[in-house]
Amino acid sequence: MKFKDAAHLFRMAAVFAAGILIFVMVRSFFVPRTFGQYGHYRGDALADVRALPVHYAGHQACEACHTDVLDVKVKGRHARVNCEACHGPLATHTEDPGGVTPEKLDTARLCVKCHEANTAKPKGFPQVVSADHSAGLACNECHQPHSPAIVTEAPTATVLPEKHAAVVSAKGAKK
Amino acid sequence: MNLTRRHFLVLLPAAALAWESILAGTPEAAPNYQISEHWWGMLVDIEKCIGCGNCVRACARENNVPEGYYRTWVERYRIKEVNGVETLEVDSPDGGMHGFPSSDEPGVKQFFVPKMCNHCADSPCTQVCPVGATFISPDGVVLVDEKYCLGCRYCVQACPYGCRFLHPQKNVAQKCTLCYHRISKGLTTACCENCPTGARQLADLKDPKDPIHEYLRTHSVQVLKPHMATGAKLFYHNLDGAVR
Repeated sequence: MKFKDAAHLFRMAAVFAAGILIFVMVRSFFVPRTFGQYGHYRGDALADVRALPVHYAGHQACEACHTDVLDVKVKGRHARVNCEACHGPLATHTEDPGGVTPEKLDTARLCVKCHEANTAKPKGFPQVVSADHSAGLACNECHQPHSPAIVTEAPTATVLPEKHAAVVSAKGAKK
Repeated sequence: MNLTRRHFLVLLPAAALAWESILAGTPEAAPNYQISEHWWGMLVDIEKCIGCGNCVRACARENNVPEGYYRTWVERYRIKEVNGVETLEVDSPDGGMHGFPSSDEPGVKQFFVPKMCNHCADSPCTQVCPVGATFISPDGVVLVDEKYCLGCRYCVQACPYGCRFLHPQKNVAQKCTLCYHRISKGLTTACCENCPTGARQLADLKDPKDPIHEYLRTHSVQVLKPHMATGAKLFYHNLDGAVR
């Protein structure tokens, strides 16, 4: 027996098919092409994050030119302290070495960021109470920051004899 | 041309396909970075952290982190025992950005704990995002798509480590990207680059030559909140049980 009103179903199916097509088209318009490339997110988001600018050039970039500093540094206690940890972000300097020059650092303020004594610091880490240790002198009056151990007599030894003695004996006591 | 309905319906899918290929444009230029060959994590050695705040400053400058917000921060734990009862004090002034004042109270156990996103393999924050704006990349970094983020804060609530915040101007969720823009160029993260004692080390768990494998085999290593089964990839060495 033939279903006499089959035309109704065909019309309805056509409406559904058209609806689905429109949905697919609209979806393809609004959903970015890379959505679902790696998972339920926009694949291009990775490229967006990757495209952010780099501010810290990395020690490899510094060492490519400043080999003289590296030669000094590798022999000292600061061998594994990277350049920009003290000198700050200098990617601009690596791009334009002549145009952008790093600022001179004030060791009196810089060194204490790490070496100021704090009871919560690991016991083996070299620490000083800066007010007692240097009496306001900049650290690089005695220590060479790239290789901080004092190998020669400090030029300002006259200022510091008893302070230095106190520090040295305190260090001895720690061991 | 007289377009019948039949012809129109036949042409419609073809037009849709053509339109899609127009939208697609040229495929993304493939960089040298092979996304499937990495699985990033980080190693933190508590014994080496001196609480100098260099990582916090470096992170803020590298990533333009708004003032008062931190993608990484350093906490100081002070554990006292009074009459057999342990009391815990945790402080992090300005995220530890400018260091910590020394406390000379005797009989207190003290140490610093650097914190940041744990880049969890089974991250709660990515699971709650209703729009697919946050996700774990194929190389194991949890990232935020700022163009998709609605700023609904679900992820901020979901993170058990408190590593997310809403950017006050952009109103989108922000977090540590593990310096994805750096590590995909062969550099290390800003915090690792600037850690003077090597307390933080970037680790590529898929790289067989990475020293992390030897380290994990020979040291006691712990993650934060292991009971939450987040698959955290921020490995702590010498982590005290008091740290949350």
